[in-house]
Formats: sequence, structure tokens, C-alpha cells
Amino acid sequence: MGVKALHHTLLCILCLFAASARAETGREALARAILEPGDAEKRSRLLALAGTADEAVIPLLELWKKDALFIVPGPAGGPTPVELTGSVDAEGRRVAVRVDTGKPLLDATGQPVWLAAKGLKSAEHNGALRKAMRAVSDLADLASPDSARKLRAIGAVGQSQDAEKLPVLQKRLELEKDPAAIKALREAAALVRLNLPDRAQRLAAVRELDDLQSLASTDFLAKARAQAEAAKDAELVAAIRSAELAVGRHRTVVDGAGTLFRSLSLGSILLIVALGLAITFGQMGVINMAHGEMIAIGAYTTYVVQNLFTSGLALSPFGFSVSIPGLHATGGWKEAYFLFALPLSFLAAAGAGLLLERTVIRFLYRRPLESLLATWGVSLLLQQCLRLTFGANNVQVGSPTYLSGNWIIGDVLLGWNRVFVIGFAACIVLGVWLVLTRTSLGLLIRCVTQNRTMAACMGVRTERVNMLTFALGSGLAGLAGAFLSQIGNVGPSLGQSYIVDSFMVVVVGGVGNLVGTVISALGIGTFDQFTQQYAPAFANALAGVPFVGGFLQNLAQDSAVFGKILVLCVIILFLQWRPSGLFAARSRSLD
Amino acid sequence: MSKPSSPSLMPAAPAPPSDTAAAILFFGAFALLVMPTLDAFGTIDHFTLNLWGKYLCYALLALSVDLLWGGTGLLSLGQGLFFALGGYMHGMYLMRMIGDQGQYHKPIPDFLVFLGWTDLPAFWRPFESFSFAMLMVFLLPGLIAGIFGWLAFRSRIKGVYFSILTQALTYVGALIFFRNNTLMGGNNGFTDFKTALGFPLAEPATQRGLFIITAAVLLLVVVGLHWLRGTKFGLVQRAIRDGENRTLFSGYATPTFKLFLFVVAAMIAAIGGALYVPQVGIINPSDMTPDKSLEAIVWVAVGGRGTLAGPIIGAIAVNLLKSYATRAFPDLWLILLGGLFLLVVLFLPGGLISLPDKLRSLWAKLRRTPTPVA
Repeated sequence: MGVKALHHTLLCILCLFAASARAETGREALARAILEPGDAEKRSRLLALAGTADEAVIPLLELWKKDALFIVPGPAGGPTPVELTGSVDAEGRRVAVRVDTGKPLLDATGQPVWLAAKGLKSAEHNGALRKAMRAVSDLADLASPDSARKLRAIGAVGQSQDAEKLPVLQKRLELEKDPAAIKALREAAALVRLNLPDRAQRLAAVRELDDLQSLASTDFLAKARAQAEAAKDAELVAAIRSAELAVGRHRTVVDGAGTLFRSLSLGSILLIVALGLAITFGQMGVINMAHGEMIAIGAYTTYVVQNLFTSGLALSPFGFSVSIPGLHATGGWKEAYFLFALPLSFLAAAGAGLLLERTVIRFLYRRPLESLLATWGVSLLLQQCLRLTFGANNVQVGSPTYLSGNWIIGDVLLGWNRVFVIGFAACIVLGVWLVLTRTSLGLLIRCVTQNRTMAACMGVRTERVNMLTFALGSGLAGLAGAFLSQIGNVGPSLGQSYIVDSFMVVVVGGVGNLVGTVISALGIGTFDQFTQQYAPAFANALAGVPFVGGFLQNLAQDSAVFGKILVLCVIILFLQWRPSGLFAARSRSLD
Repeated sequence: MSKPSSPSLMPAAPAPPSDTAAAILFFGAFALLVMPTLDAFGTIDHFTLNLWGKYLCYALLALSVDLLWGGTGLLSLGQGLFFALGGYMHGMYLMRMIGDQGQYHKPIPDFLVFLGWTDLPAFWRPFESFSFAMLMVFLLPGLIAGIFGWLAFRSRIKGVYFSILTQALTYVGALIFFRNNTLMGGNNGFTDFKTALGFPLAEPATQRGLFIITAAVLLLVVVGLHWLRGTKFGLVQRAIRDGENRTLFSGYATPTFKLFLFVVAAMIAAIGGALYVPQVGIINPSDMTPDKSLEAIVWVAVGGRGTLAGPIIGAIAVNLLKSYATRAFPDLWLILLGGLFLLVVLFLPGGLISLPDKLRSLWAKLRRTPTPVA
């Protein structure tokens, strides 16, 4: 049977059944198919099941294939297809369940019938029927209630370009309500039609793909163009060219938007991590090398809070055993632990920062290099203490379920966790801005940052402001930790992986200005992501440079490393132009 | 930075005491002659000598850190990069000397076989030659230090900014060398060396020779640096440390001075690395991580910066402690290191070398105010 003829028969069958299929359930249709006397009728009834939303049919088909569906006399005397389910009794019998209703087969007295498979007549099938069954089960996902699964299945049909499946797609297109699925169905149908021998169909398919700007069609269009060029079909070639251009344009836009989104989210992470550091550095000229450990403290606080909400916690710091019982919260309370963890992370890290300032840093204000070194010593100490308390391995902080998921806006995939990152960063920046501009502490911090001596003359207790600023900066690191625990693992050296990057943000942003830090973090994030995307092209452009060209090309294979290297190079070059960052505090003093 | 800091960030350098030279010579003679002799007669075992050889290489790294930090006021957190690069350059020669005696018995290094290479990559070829490798030990770190330093100093990046950028530099270096595709051994680096210039490295006699060479190089560097401090150049260097702007306004092109010192320091670190590799038998990218460079800062801080003996004493003392502590209480070593560093920075800015003076003045104070007898 030719593809076209098959196509026609299928269409006819579908039309025939369009009216009745909606009235009867998948199970009933299957039962009728089993009872049909002729193979051709069986097959056509089976195929009619394809693409209907009845999921119960698929396991039954499997049973049929395995000779586990039986035809037995029903209560009314006529033959009834059944399956055998449940546990086996002493005589090897099981409960018979009717295929058409899914309910147990009842005898005259209203009791369920128990049957042994041996000796029963099983429903027959042959090669053609099995092929039809496979077609039905393959297409079952097209109507799946799970929309991600449905979209995947539709996409797979499109990729297969299988002409036999076209009628099913068209049938689904009539039934489908979900706009995303409709678009996917149109795309899949167009891809299938692109492979049909009929030129008019192909041309229409190309126009459809052009209209849809289908990203999945790139390879298929290229193939179709090669065929059309071989056939010297100028009109078709032109149409395909135009579709390819449209798809290409769309791809550029989607890739750009995706990269921009990723840049924004990376920039937000950098911003959250670097914000506390920028504040302390701006105010006191102290680079806090233990900033990374403040982040880790925040993350571990989240871990502890999470465990307190669930099953409790057993720790053995320095050989002492501590066991804290948990609340065994469930449902909404369990998901809400993060809301409690946030302020606690802030407080824990702020407390640690306060202690650090009082015991170490305040003795080193006039020696910035020494304070950098001393805080590194503290960072080693803290890291090891965390390791001894919580173990050297990463601990798991479960992120709430609402963070896993995607938004898809016009082919651009927006991960929920990335959206969360951006929102969180925005909230923190807003909060810090409010603290700095709307509270008396903020006023004091700003005036000490601008001119410490003058502020002291005016009666500001700069020592106390230092202390509070340091606590604030550390607390922000704690928040960053709570936040990082939601998007990755928590380990003793969690902060270390971000510390160099956050230093870079501070160096580029300059001191004493929130805007500088924001611009710098987002700028570095954007630059990093865009270099990663365009690294190969960039490296190829550099391939001709003597001595280093080949090396650069090799390096660009790892776009993440390459991005980091370029970021450092650009920062060094940037500092040629602005040695003290984007926003340098103006001062006439010269050291 | 917004606020004016006091002009002398560092304690003023004490004029090199006259007995420094004698101390240097004594120490040099000890390392150069006594220890190898003891080793040859079996009084100390080969392992100890080898360990001390490693410490002397670290001492070179410490001297390079101190030339910048104690001497010029530039805290470089990236000297480990130059140390490791020197090591890698020498390591490439040593890898070539393995010949076909590797695990795979192929004429190229094992890790290249593992990555699917059959021929030697072009940039590996010249490293058959020992003199080329030695040239690269100086050239590559010198070149990187030169480019970075030129960019950094001409835009007057200094203080904390300089420290952070050098840290980022070594971080990026580590990232590059951790990749397998850099074709420098990736994670595992270079190891399993067999011979150098035909001498089998496993032989105690070869190791003894390497120790003597290391001690001699260290002595040479110390003498050179001692000489440099006495010259007018050394005076300008100290002036830059104590008040860079004043020096600049007095007509000295401070960026050029600093660039020269940065390159020299990089090369000193690189020699240390080059001598380290055949004695320790391995070089890998973990030596480039920022933490390693910071550890070298600890040695200098503990020993006493701004002096010549201090960094050497610090490198040896801290590493002796490390060898002991990582075996005796491995869990507490980092706490010990961090705590030690913290205490030194807070309470003993002059380091161990200033301890006798401190004790002497404390003693004098106690003598002057005798405690009332109960």
C-alpha cells in the first residue's frame, strides 16, 4: 500500500469514527476491536485509538501482545474480553476484569469471577495488528495530560517525519486547546509534510515553517533545500531560503535573549555575593578574605534550619556529640523553612562578622594589607571549624519545589531558579539601598565613608559605625549563603569558589557607591556569558596571531575558563582607564 | 581609597646589621657543606636532606615574596604562579627525559598518549634541550610578570587592588593548567621523572647534588639581594615602600623601578620552582592556586619581612611545623596555620626575627622596674 493510499484510508477511518469515537471510551473501543471478526476491521478500530486521551488503553495493548487478554462468555452470554488481575489463589485463578469497563466480570449471582489463564481462549493478534498497537502506544503521549511529556512527544513525531502519523497530528490539532501544544503540533505537522512527495504539500509546509519560525526545522529545511536544488525547483528553493532566513533571525534573537537572561542571573549572583564585601571595603578599606566563610556560615545556617524543620540534626564538632531533635514539619511548614532561614543566616553571619571586627580587624585599620592577611588567617580557621563540625563533604539543602520549573516565553527558556536569583538580588539591593539612604545607620555609614576624620569631628563614633558596617556586610554575606544553598551544594569551601569573582566586582565597581557595584556585577556577568557564547568565534579570529594564536584557539574550547581569562584581561585593561573603579570616591588627599 | 593613610605603612627598615652578612655566610656554609656531608656519611637520612632541599626551594619563593612585600610594599598574592611556572618549564624537560620508559612505552609523555596524541605537540619539541628549558624558566615567568606589571604599575594600581589582581592572575593560571587540553598534564601535572642531564633522580647522590645546587642558588640570591639593598637602587626601593608619591615627585620613575623588581621577584620564584620539581618529583596546578601563594606570605610574615634571613627562617620554620602537624594532628593543621598567621600579624609584625629584640627590650623593662618582693 502506498503512503498516500494509506493516508487516505486512515483519514476515512478517522472521519468515520470522529462521531462515534467521542461517545465511546478507549476501553470500549478496544474491546470492540478485539471482538471484530476480521483482521482489517480490528486494525482500523485499533488505529482509531491513536491520539485519544485514554491512557488506560496502553497497558491493555501490552497485555494483548503478551496473550494475556482472554475472550470469555460474558454474563449476557456473548463473548467478553477480560484481563486477569490480583493475586493468585490456591487453584491458580485470578480475578477477571472486563476490558470494556475496567470492572470485575460478575457471574449471575453478582460475584466476581475467578479464572485460571490455562485453557482460556486468548485474544488473537498478528504482525499487522502488533504494528498498529505499537503505533497507538507510540502516539499515546501526544494526548498525555502532562504537558512537558506531550510537547516532547509531539516534537519527536515532527523529527521522525513519519507520514503515517500525520492524520493523528491533524486530529490532535482539532482537539487540542493548549496554545503551546497547538504550535508544536503545527510545527510537527509541517515537518512531516515537508517530507511528503506532493510538491504543493511541501511548499505549504515550508510556508508554515517560515510563519512559525520553527527552530527545530533547521536541518530539515537544509535537507529539503538540497533536494529542491537537485530538482531545480526555483520557487521551492526560494521559499525554503526565506524560511531559513526567518528561522535564523529568530534563532539569533532567542539565543541573544537566552544569553542576556543568563548574564542577568550570573550578574545577580555576583552582586549578591559581592555586595557585603563592597560595603565593608568602601567604608573601611578592608578587604575581608573571610567573606567567603561568612557566606558559608549563612549557607550552613540554612542547612541547620532546614534540618530543624524536618528530622533534626546530629553533629560532632571537635569530638563532642550534639544531637538536636527536629520538628518533623510537613507540607507548607516544611517548604516555608527558607523564610525562617533567611533572617537567621543574616544574624549568624552578622554575629560572626561582629566578633571578627572586635577581635581582629579594629587593630589593623591603619594597615589594609595586614588586615587582608589577618582575615585570610581567620578564613582558614573558620573553614576548618566548619569542616570539623559539618564534615568535609558537601551537605544537601533541598530547594523548595517551586524553584524547579521553567517559563518558556517565545522559545526562550527561563528557569525558575534563575528568575528567583534575579528577584532575590533585586530585593537585597533595594533593602541595602533603603538601609543606606533611609536609616540613621545608613547616614552614618555614608558620612564615615566620605570623610572619616570630619565625621569623627562632628561627634560620630566612627569605631561603632565600623563595627556595625562590618556586621552589616557580613550579614549580607550570610544572606548570599542562604541563597547559594538553594542553587547548589553547601560545603566548607563554598565561599572560596566565589571569592575571587566578588573581589573583581569590587575592584571594578569602585568604592562607596552601590550603583558601581550593581553595574560592575551585571557587567561582569554579561561579559562572561557573552564571551562564553562567542568564545569559539573570537578564538578563530585570533588563530592567525603568531605564537599565541593556536594556544588561544585551544583555550577557547573550554568556554568557561576562557570567559574567566578574558574577564580578568578586560578588568586589567579597564583599570588602565579607571584605576580606582567605576565610581571612585573623590578626594584631594594623597597617600 | 578615600582616606589618607599614614605615610609609613610599614615599620621603618632597620639598617642591615653588620652581622647579617656573617649570619648569611654561616647559614650558607651550613647548608652548602655540612648537611650534604652529614648525608653522605649517613648521619642524617636521605629523606631529611630531601625535605630540607624542598624547604630551601620554598625559601627562594619566600625571598621573592619579601622582595616585593617587605622591600617595596607590594603585596603580591600571586608569586606561587611564577614558582609553579618555573617548575613546569623544568618539568617539561624532565618529562622529555623519561623517553619511552613511561607506562605506555611511547616516545611521548604518558598523559599525551592518554589524551590520544601520537606525535609531540609543537610547543613541547624544544624542551628536549636542557638549556632551552632553563631559558624558559626565566623567560616565561619574566614575560608574564613584565606584561602584567607594566599594565598594573603604569595605571598606578597598588595596595589592596594590586594584591587582588595578582590573586586573580594566579587563579586564572591554575584554571588554565587544570585543563587537560592545555596539554600540560591537567590535574595530575608532571610526575614519575627519571633522569636529569643523564643523572638518575632516584639516586641519593643526585639528590645530594641538587641540594647543594639549591643551597648555592639560595646563597647567590641572598648575596645578590643583600648587595642590591646597599646600592642606590635599594634606597629608592625603600623610598617607594615608605612613600611612593614622594619618591615619584622627587623625580624617580617609580613604575619602572617596581616593574623591574616585580620581574626579578618572578624570576627568583621561578628558579625556586625549577629546583623544587626534581627534588619533590611532582608539579601540578594545585601549586598555582591562590592558597599556595598566601601560604608563602605566611612564611614571610612569620619569619619577619623586610629582612633577608626572615623569609628563609619563616619558610623553613613553618614548613617544619607543617610536616610535623599534618602528621600528628591532620585535622588541626589549618587551624594552627590560620591561628599562627593571625597571631603574628596582630602581635608580632616583625616576625620571628624580631623576637630576640622584643625579648631583650622586655627583659630590660623588667630589670628597670623590679617587681616588688612579696
